[in-house]
Amino acid sequence: MIVSQAAVSESVAPVAMGWGDVLSQQLITGVSNGMIIALIAIGYTMVYGIIELINFAHGDLCTLGSFLALTLVGALGMEAWAGLGGTAAVITLLISAAVFCGALNWTIDRVAYRPLRGKPKLALLVSAIGCSFILVNIALFWGGLPMEVFGGGNQAAAPKDFPSLISNENLLGAKSAITVTWRDLFVVIVTVPLMIGLTWLVKSTRLGKAMRAVAQNPTAAALMGIDVNRVIGSTFLIGGALGGFASVIYALYNNTISFQMGYRTGMDAFTAAVLGGIGSLPGAVVGGIVIGLVRALSDGYIEARWTNSVVFGILILTLVFRPSGILGAKLREKV
Amino acid sequence: MLKNIAAVCLLAFAVTPALAQGEKPEKVLKIISSLPRTGSANAQTTTMVNGIQLAIDEVNGKIGDYTIVYEDMDDASPQRGNWDPAVEAQNANKAARDESVIAYIGTFNSGASKISMPVLNKAGLLMISPAATYPGLTKPGKGEANEPKIYRPTGKINFFRVVPADDLQGFVAAEWAKDMGVKKVYILDDRELYGKGIANVFENHAKEIGIEVLGREGIDPKASNFKSLATKIKAAAPDMVYFGGTTQNSAGQIAKDLHTANATPKFMVPDGCFEKAFIEAAGAENVNGSAYITFGGLPADKLTGRGAEFRAAYKKKYNLKENEEPEGYAVYGYEACKVLLDAIPKAKTKDRAGILQAVSETKNYNGALGIWSFDENGDTTNTTMSGNTVENGEFKFVKVLGK
Repeated sequence: MIVSQAAVSESVAPVAMGWGDVLSQQLITGVSNGMIIALIAIGYTMVYGIIELINFAHGDLCTLGSFLALTLVGALGMEAWAGLGGTAAVITLLISAAVFCGALNWTIDRVAYRPLRGKPKLALLVSAIGCSFILVNIALFWGGLPMEVFGGGNQAAAPKDFPSLISNENLLGAKSAITVTWRDLFVVIVTVPLMIGLTWLVKSTRLGKAMRAVAQNPTAAALMGIDVNRVIGSTFLIGGALGGFASVIYALYNNTISFQMGYRTGMDAFTAAVLGGIGSLPGAVVGGIVIGLVRALSDGYIEARWTNSVVFGILILTLVFRPSGILGAKLREKV
Repeated sequence: MLKNIAAVCLLAFAVTPALAQGEKPEKVLKIISSLPRTGSANAQTTTMVNGIQLAIDEVNGKIGDYTIVYEDMDDASPQRGNWDPAVEAQNANKAARDESVIAYIGTFNSGASKISMPVLNKAGLLMISPAATYPGLTKPGKGEANEPKIYRPTGKINFFRVVPADDLQGFVAAEWAKDMGVKKVYILDDRELYGKGIANVFENHAKEIGIEVLGREGIDPKASNFKSLATKIKAAAPDMVYFGGTTQNSAGQIAKDLHTANATPKFMVPDGCFEKAFIEAAGAENVNGSAYITFGGLPADKLTGRGAEFRAAYKKKYNLKENEEPEGYAVYGYEACKVLLDAIPKAKTKDRAGILQAVSETKNYNGALGIWSFDENGDTTNTTMSGNTVENGEFKFVKVLGK
């Protein structure tokens, strides 16, 4: 009986939610989840656009980004950084993970993909699947390190709790039926500038121009004096860095990381990239947000168990009527 | 030369088991355990294996002329981070083929038992589970219409469990919820055999005793978060959310998302979450004082008699600190092995059939879990259950629950 008293004293009187409130709340959740998916989807779509490879290792790369972030949180004692320190902690994590994932993605390209350029596409694909397995197992090993944040490392495969560095306070006030937290806002604040920056980079810089040229025709680009391998390397670097940002946002938003998270998130992101039109940057963003919204609405109004069927049902329908995706340009025949 | 011939003869005996029977130079009885070693259930498994080892060490690894050999097998895979049907099937087939194996201790997950039971049944091999609690594995009429017949192709009973089944646990969980004043409940399950089964029992009994069920849903255990579901639940405004499922299937993430959405103060889960990994995955602040965990037995520090002796011996052997306790299932691992070892001397023939017969005749056994028997289905007659909550990031015993 002691227990129920404790529970009662803790509970805040629940605010009644009307149907409009519920719908708004689901849309907010959907957009936040969708933005994270979109950021990862960009990594898939950029690589596909330039070398026509579905980089299966990309989702697992994000897993490692999250593990790095949790390691830093533990090693630097970031949970105790209050006030402005909290902001500093989040910025440190974002930058470290971005640098780490960018560098790792570049290395993966250098070691596992570049030697296979010009070889059959299937070899490249198998190499990507291999990299994915290697990264998953690194994450499994990493989770077993004897650190307090990893539960002492006794249970390498267990889901890890990621401390709430970002406040969960309702920005609309505790009385409001709809909850918009700093976490939801954080996702938007970080993701939107990154997307704008990327668009600018691809549209208006020399590197962006070179990337577009290589995507269109690598041989012609090389003949025009573009260092194709360098451009492809940069693409992996940028795609990986965005994945790094996404991994930290994911960890701070969901507060749980596990060595398997990359598989599911990667699958969602890949689906988003295809839905939006693979190879198209705005397509990846639109695809990500659509999938986030569909997931939220299906969880909310149909039933959680049907969500995957609904998402893939929509994907199939879209592809039947628009084979190149929502925003995809008419593509050449690609495998 | 003579030596070589002898060696060849021995080899011939070794590869023709039919000839070798009864003429083995060394009399070995082998026990296999098949429990999840990879994944977050490993902490539980370690303590169960420790319990098994403790029971074997208490008889110094020998019964009469027989040496007890124990092999600890993993039924999980890194790809799943959880029990894996393919690995469980491999383990069962391996055990069935090895003539020296006389008992198979496992499984932890009910879904895994479903796979190994028919294989071992055909092999006439005794199986004792310390943790699989899905009722349909043993009890006619409590699961699907064809259960448990499909698990017993030979018609004989070879599966026993030392832990009370979920038809009791789900029942007492609903009773406990009512005691706490819960009027409206929202029920989730992980769509696995165990989780869905116990959620069904909970739902049925909740309705019988007048708790309103606002919704019932199966979740996608690998989803990155359950925020949309939490919103839906918040809008329905239940007094309690019941989740039939395990730590490995996102129990922690659900607790976290419900707490974040400020959806409900009470979150009840079954024994599949009665492990430290659940609190670690959820984050203590999300479950302190709000999570309620039912468990098909008593926590180690509440055991009496033989159970208290077990706890003392366990803490000594495995160097536990004063304030550390074995995880909930350690005593079940111990009891599963102990009841087997105590039955072996009574077996008329020290082979699979003889030992299976002796174990099935266990009556009024005075063990670490009290005095109990195996009933006609292979279930324990024990019905003691406990209700627990979380306080300061540790499980805290609340009360004994019973039918």
